[in-house]
Amino acid sequence: MIVNEQLAIDHGLKKDEYAKICELLERTPNITELGIFSAMWNEHCSYKSSRLHLKKLPTKGKKVIQGPGENAGVIDIEDNDAIVFKIESHNHPSFIEPYQGAATGVGGIMRDVFTMGARPIANLNSIHFGSPQHKKTKNLLRGVVHGIGGYGNCMGVPTVAGQTSFDSSYNGNILVNAMTLGLVKKDKIFYSKAAGLNKPVIYVGSKTGRDGIHGASMASASFDDEIEEKKPTVQVGDPFTEKLLLEACLELMAGDSIIAIQDMGAAGLTSSSIEMASKGNLGIEINLNEVPCRESKMTPYEIMLSESQERMLIVLENGKEKQAKKIFDKWNLDFAVIGKTTNTKKIQLYFDDEKVADIPVNTLVENSPMYDRKWKKAKLPKKNKIKKENLKNLKIIDVLKKVLVNPNICSKEWIWQQYDHTVMGDTIQKPGGDAGVVRVHGTNKAVAASVDSSAVYCWAHPLTGGKQVVCESFRNLIAVGAKPIAITNCLNFGSPENEDNMGEFVECVQGIGEASEYLKFPVVSGNVSFYNQTKNEGIKPTPAIGGVGLIKDYNKMITMDFKEISNVVLVIGKTEGHLDQSLFARNILDEKNGPPPEINLFNEKNNGETLLKLIENNLIKSAHDVSLGGIITAVVKMCIKGKKGINLNKPKYLINEMEYFFGEDQGRYIIEVGKKDIKKVTDILNKNSVHFDELGTINVNELYIDDKTKVSIDELTVSNTNWLSDYMSN
Amino acid sequence: MKSSVITFPGSNCDRDMDVALKKFGFKNKMVWHNDAELPKSDLIVLPGGFSYGDYLRCGSMASKSKIMKSVVNFANSGGMVMGICNGFQILVETGLVPGVLLRNKYLEFICRNVFVKINNKSNNYFNNIKNDVLEFHIAHNEGNYFCTKDQLKEIEDNEQVAINYCDENGRIEEQFNPNGSIKNIAGIFNIEKNVLGMMPHPERMIDNCLSGEDGSIFFNNLINNLK
Repeated sequence: MIVNEQLAIDHGLKKDEYAKICELLERTPNITELGIFSAMWNEHCSYKSSRLHLKKLPTKGKKVIQGPGENAGVIDIEDNDAIVFKIESHNHPSFIEPYQGAATGVGGIMRDVFTMGARPIANLNSIHFGSPQHKKTKNLLRGVVHGIGGYGNCMGVPTVAGQTSFDSSYNGNILVNAMTLGLVKKDKIFYSKAAGLNKPVIYVGSKTGRDGIHGASMASASFDDEIEEKKPTVQVGDPFTEKLLLEACLELMAGDSIIAIQDMGAAGLTSSSIEMASKGNLGIEINLNEVPCRESKMTPYEIMLSESQERMLIVLENGKEKQAKKIFDKWNLDFAVIGKTTNTKKIQLYFDDEKVADIPVNTLVENSPMYDRKWKKAKLPKKNKIKKENLKNLKIIDVLKKVLVNPNICSKEWIWQQYDHTVMGDTIQKPGGDAGVVRVHGTNKAVAASVDSSAVYCWAHPLTGGKQVVCESFRNLIAVGAKPIAITNCLNFGSPENEDNMGEFVECVQGIGEASEYLKFPVVSGNVSFYNQTKNEGIKPTPAIGGVGLIKDYNKMITMDFKEISNVVLVIGKTEGHLDQSLFARNILDEKNGPPPEINLFNEKNNGETLLKLIENNLIKSAHDVSLGGIITAVVKMCIKGKKGINLNKPKYLINEMEYFFGEDQGRYIIEVGKKDIKKVTDILNKNSVHFDELGTINVNELYIDDKTKVSIDELTVSNTNWLSDYMSN
Repeated sequence: MKSSVITFPGSNCDRDMDVALKKFGFKNKMVWHNDAELPKSDLIVLPGGFSYGDYLRCGSMASKSKIMKSVVNFANSGGMVMGICNGFQILVETGLVPGVLLRNKYLEFICRNVFVKINNKSNNYFNNIKNDVLEFHIAHNEGNYFCTKDQLKEIEDNEQVAINYCDENGRIEEQFNPNGSIKNIAGIFNIEKNVLGMMPHPERMIDNCLSGEDGSIFFNNLINNLK
């Protein structure tokens, strides 16, 4: 095949990028080389539009063992234990083929984690669908949930938390972000940096097939009318093989024969071999005839670009091949020595005794394009003047009932019951709470994890939205009694070639950076997914933040269910009654303009840390962060979980009760306190200058507002719980 | 008391079962599917998971594993063999217990707590348990127990039904049936009652801070019965 500019463009490269390739090579690339360049230089692998901005994120901290740049981030949780974690997107494939797209997303992120020597102990996900009325939504949701469950359940890793949202901006581009946490001993972490000359390069796992060729390129382009034709670019998952691969890798890792290890994810053998060579400042020579293939007559081009799943590349110590092979034989997995490390600093490929590629590694990595894309700064929208008479006509219970069946508020039990969330026997907080919590096996410690995003806020004002998501993650961890340690981010945006979308990206990243810096909540891993758009219609900017925290004594973990009748309920943090961009404003008043709630990082940190103090002193019976739907939604969810009611006081100051109960001011938590502890609690809150209001006291099973209005919690429970299952079965 | 847990490729509740058995006093050994011989044991457990990916019928590949010959011999000579979830599916495939396990009625994987009523206590698994109803945990996609009418009659005549899905008060009704199992059957014995297959996972209910503690009642009772 003749390689020319047109062929390069068909591979998703730009004209000037093709010219740069010819210049770097000082010749025209052959077809295999062109394929390799297109795979390494696409947005998904090269981060060419985002690198410049990602550099600004705070990535260091006392507890950070490994920041971005490896397969996953690593944090210290003391006693020689470490947590490896990362979130990754699988948006494009999941829209085209929801089951396999979501399944391989989960498989891929787990591989990233166990590549580093960690046994996966918890999965999470953040999934976003179009409007419930859209014709594709139901099937996509069902397919994605089945896919996530199909893979995670088979692997025997509990799915402990997640987030699901619906918004018409995802009608043509759903989001599927999967996150995994793994546990490893601090002195047994494995990295992808190759070292030493003439070391054997080993291929293990599944055979290479023709699936997923150009997957990474597909994920680097917008959708058009012909997306269905891209189905063959979606990989097919085999969780059983991955389970074997996990066990075999961990068995091999128990010894000392591995120099470097890298999973074959996006761009398969290409990116894994180049990454290892690049990090080690070495060359790698591969004989492609040695690569185990599933199909006959695969060309070098296909072998290098296949995204077949469940494969790993390992650089081994010399002489350890036999011992390693024995382990993979035991687990019935392919094991092949396919090449060696060299001092050429080139990637050199041979096939049928011919050299089929010869590329300096630095041209693929350091010299890959980096763009300072044009972007537009977003203005802070003007505050809406919501007319008081619009609020006066509303009855609080009627509004509450509507809010509780809103697809973004309703219980997601239909989803998480399909995920095995209890396997491994350490899940002490199940999905449906503020964060999932798993014990560190055999210890008194537990790790909490949460995944959050607030696309509406980010859309209204990206800088504020970016900060808000980090704060919400911080809050969700604190609400279960965990000290927040670090985050991973999955940045889902439209096209970087559009100035507005690029602006959303730049400012969300800035917001994330500011909040994580202030809260000492650094970013240790992440992933960028651009081109979430169909034709010219992009998604709302949706950075998803996965937060991880530590609970030193798991007996002190907090859940959100109300515990005891007559206990007192407080809201921590000041309520100003911010309605713009709230669920109430958007869905009840149909008012879509205005700024998102303001973020005050000082209050966020102070309120959170003070609550942690209260928890540490055993003064809190239950806690829940206040987010979408405001105070009353948060309180009712605690009632539903605890099968209790509450006598709510009306606010004594300033504002309309709709603003008070449905406003989405930030930095707030609802807490339940025993009667005898109330003075101690309020003293500590006052001493730390934390604002609080007394909301009411817990009763048997009814929601009373100011003694006049009442509704039974059972009634609210039924509508909140049934909405999603009813929707899915109709 | 000595127990052995068999690990098949794709088993994923083998460690959980090991932890549970040890917690209640068993000396447990892990046994690889490709071994021929069983260690000396008072109890053999086939754990949950997705043996061989369950790509054929669930449990069918594992039932042909090398070690299963020894397990079948052990069971036929009166040894205690318990299959949980995928282990139950494997037992069904070996023919040690009757019936089959179909896909859940609503075609969805289901993970949650359930109540089960103990139907027969005249055996080493449930003898001396004070409770009639236990809160257990299920996590499966193919737990919809089915058998022919003739088989069902035989099973009932021989008192082979071990546990049925029910509510917290022990009412066995269709609305408490999570997966469509015939007669709400959650677990079955062989005729001699030394082999038990059940879908629920008692090993996930051994600690107050997990899903509950009724698994502890089950294991404590089991080891005492074997002593």
